[in-house]
Amino acid sequence: MIYLHSKNNTAHGEISHQRPFISKVITNSNLPFPLRASYALRWHGSTEALPQGFGLVLISSGKACPDRDAGNGLTNIVRLAPELDYLKEHDVIKFQPADCGINVLYRHEANSNAFLVTERCNSFCIMCSQPPRDINDHYLVDDMLEALPLIHSETHEICITGGEPTLWGDDFIQMIRASETHLPRTSLHILSNGRNFKNLDLAIKVAAVKHHDLMIGIPLYADYSQLHDYIVQADNAFDDTLRGILNLKRCRVPVEIRVVIHRENYHRLPQLAEFITRNLLFVDHVALMGLEIRGFAKSNLDAIWIDPYDYRNELAEAIDTLARSRMRVSLYNHPLCVIPEPVRRFAVKSISDWKNDFLNECQNCNSKQECGGFFSSNLTKTSDHIKAL
Amino acid sequence: MSRLGKKFRLPQAFDQAVPGQYWMLPCRFVNLDDNRYVLTNEVGEHLVVTRPQLEQFVRKTVSFHGDFYHDLKSKHFLIDDDSNVAVDLLALKYRTKAQQISQFTALHLFVVSLRCDYTCQYCQVSRQTDDKLAYDMSQETADRALEFVFRSPSPAIKIEFQGGEPLLNFPLIQYVVDQAKRINENHDKNIQFVITTNLSLLTDDILSFCLAHDICLSTSLDGPQDLHNLNRPRPGRNGYQLTVEGIRKAQAVLGRDKVGALMTTTEASLPRVREIIDTYLSLGMDAIFLRALSPYGFAVKTGQAYKYDVDRWFEFYKEGLNYVLEINRQGYPFVELYASMIINKIFSPFGTGYVDLQSPSGMAISAIVYNYDGDIYASDEARMLAEMGDKKFRLGSVHHDSYEDVILSDTVLDTLEATLSESLPMCNDCGFLPYCGTEPVYHHATQGDAVGHKATSGFCSKNMKIFRYLFTLLEDDPEARKILLSWVRP
Ligand code: SF4
Ligand code: SF4
Repeated sequence: MIYLHSKNNTAHGEISHQRPFISKVITNSNLPFPLRASYALRWHGSTEALPQGFGLVLISSGKACPDRDAGNGLTNIVRLAPELDYLKEHDVIKFQPADCGINVLYRHEANSNAFLVTERCNSFCIMCSQPPRDINDHYLVDDMLEALPLIHSETHEICITGGEPTLWGDDFIQMIRASETHLPRTSLHILSNGRNFKNLDLAIKVAAVKHHDLMIGIPLYADYSQLHDYIVQADNAFDDTLRGILNLKRCRVPVEIRVVIHRENYHRLPQLAEFITRNLLFVDHVALMGLEIRGFAKSNLDAIWIDPYDYRNELAEAIDTLARSRMRVSLYNHPLCVIPEPVRRFAVKSISDWKNDFLNECQNCNSKQECGGFFSSNLTKTSDHIKAL
Repeated sequence: MSRLGKKFRLPQAFDQAVPGQYWMLPCRFVNLDDNRYVLTNEVGEHLVVTRPQLEQFVRKTVSFHGDFYHDLKSKHFLIDDDSNVAVDLLALKYRTKAQQISQFTALHLFVVSLRCDYTCQYCQVSRQTDDKLAYDMSQETADRALEFVFRSPSPAIKIEFQGGEPLLNFPLIQYVVDQAKRINENHDKNIQFVITTNLSLLTDDILSFCLAHDICLSTSLDGPQDLHNLNRPRPGRNGYQLTVEGIRKAQAVLGRDKVGALMTTTEASLPRVREIIDTYLSLGMDAIFLRALSPYGFAVKTGQAYKYDVDRWFEFYKEGLNYVLEINRQGYPFVELYASMIINKIFSPFGTGYVDLQSPSGMAISAIVYNYDGDIYASDEARMLAEMGDKKFRLGSVHHDSYEDVILSDTVLDTLEATLSESLPMCNDCGFLPYCGTEPVYHHATQGDAVGHKATSGFCSKNMKIFRYLFTLLEDDPEARKILLSWVRP
């Protein structure tokens, strides 16, 4: 598990920042002076001779440091918490002068970088890993817009997630536009419940950005309205989401359908697959996903947990149906050993590296390299059928 | 069972439907056997239900939160107060099924010569003569026909060369291919070519031309040597040998998927379906089309078409299909094409390009025929009928009529109207309608009416038997279901 946030950093000397400081991490201590103020230098050299003029100088947790209070004239020196020692060239961070906290907004080494742009949501899914909070968090949008120009231009993919990102309306469009402007070679993956796209105008606006490689991932949890609406705890969500998908595809915006599987919906999985092939054959990808035991999924775990082994037949049938219709199908968050052999080839290592872990049993497994393993948060509740292959 | 946290509401809180109150969406049913019915909706989704289930559905007594209720709802047989997106989805599905109608006509058959080196007893149209001028298509005719081809809105165009034996007029094939490609530079359509030939005149030069222009070959192969030669007599009695050699040679040069074969069923074929299939297998074919003999042309004159009735043909078909399934069970993927087209109609949201399984019929809008003399026919069957003296389905001539005259002719429009299954007596109430089609020329030829009387129609009775058989397999034989589903190619 990799931590993306820590307050256990310590300032040495004076901190000149009055407001949060978003910057790119670099290692070039010879940077021309006028540029230095906007960068965070990751410094591995001697703490006797600290370079001057940088927005921040980040030194490793283990390093001896100049006396904190000495009036030695040093400014903006921060000794990192051990869990942030990994920070490297090209990473992008947000520094909070108030408590010396650091949020890692972008990790260059990560297989995917997600921007949570709001915690607000118009649904309330029973297994939500990011429980909605009705707060004013517009600063998250500003952070993303500020970070985008700092992100390495060869980044493979970034993700906008929430909460429900479309709640920002025109700012939502602005985030897509800025992603295209600053990262013209990076794919953009957006996670939305799709409901707001029932307004064709919003779909048209997304399409009008003409992002070169955009995919909107939208959850569909059941093949009929009552069950889907109950799972997302919102009336008419099924109809809204479907109309949203139709509108997006009408505007030729790529759409992915995401199905989280749990005890409330596993038994309709084959019918849902059939529903998708009959009604939504034109979507670009279908992802079938195991539970991430965080947030509501954790607090509701007893009510919604099912051992993936116990739905393996429904899963295999659903994948068969989708694949037979030539749909692109992926299976996320499922340990290989509990998936029926014929559909293992659809399993994808999808868990972001920073929250990915394995069990002891896995150490002896020949398939560990190919296996997606577990969410770190899931290690306390795993299938009873984990068995080294 | 554990409950969700207090913040969460129960399923009932999100259900706006009233128990026992739902609306049936347009659907049809037909009995499958003594206990079961096939229920289908307007866009071809289906459920196989028991008699009591069917009654519950119609009487609106389906148990409100049972799986059957959800199946009916999910497959758009009913709609309730909780959701109305079904109507949007149905509209979209209907449009998808019918989409090909707006993109008429994909298949253009060029009869480049009526001459043939064979003397098949059932052949409807061929001529034995050396008089090239009388029965070969001319360049002028081909040019005019190509003008028609490129008027068609279809983004994909297939030109199929037919005969007689089209290779007897190979120079014209070369001419048409070159011209079509040249004209297509301004149209940018996906264009493909097929030559339907008995292969006896196949040469290395012809094969290299096919290779260079990505042309497929389709031939006739009726089964083992004695059967093939009996059905397809040729001076020298070496038809089978020539065909098999031709197939092998063509497969070697063009690749297996570029060489297909079609069989014709005759009285003599009926007891021999396994041998026929074995012949296809041994030639490395991956599919067979078990066809019924059409009742036109010389076939009618020689009495061939009526020698066996639908029941006997169906036994032949069933035995063949079972054998094909057995081959698949043994681990070799092999397809029966008629079943495959029906299975695709059952399981895919798209329509079919196969003329006889469309509503309205694909005559003229899926396939159109340019005869050697420039006459235009609505289908190959229509051309055969004309050879027997009945020109009912002749649409005009490339020499005298404009494209608009032909496509908007009364013959085309009346036929379309007469072949909308949704408005035909009996079909209109038939649960198999979404998977079926119409064959106006067949009904005209056998019943004197393009609409026809389905209760006595061989076409209807043949299809009903096949539909029932396929649905029974799908429901009762999981292994067969798996194989049949593997034939779905959306
Ligand atoms: S034992 Fe561990 S590594 Fe191996 S397949 Fe199972 S979960 Fe994956
Ligand atoms: S032809 Fe027969 S099987 Fe086909 S739709 Fe009409 S009544 Fe049904």
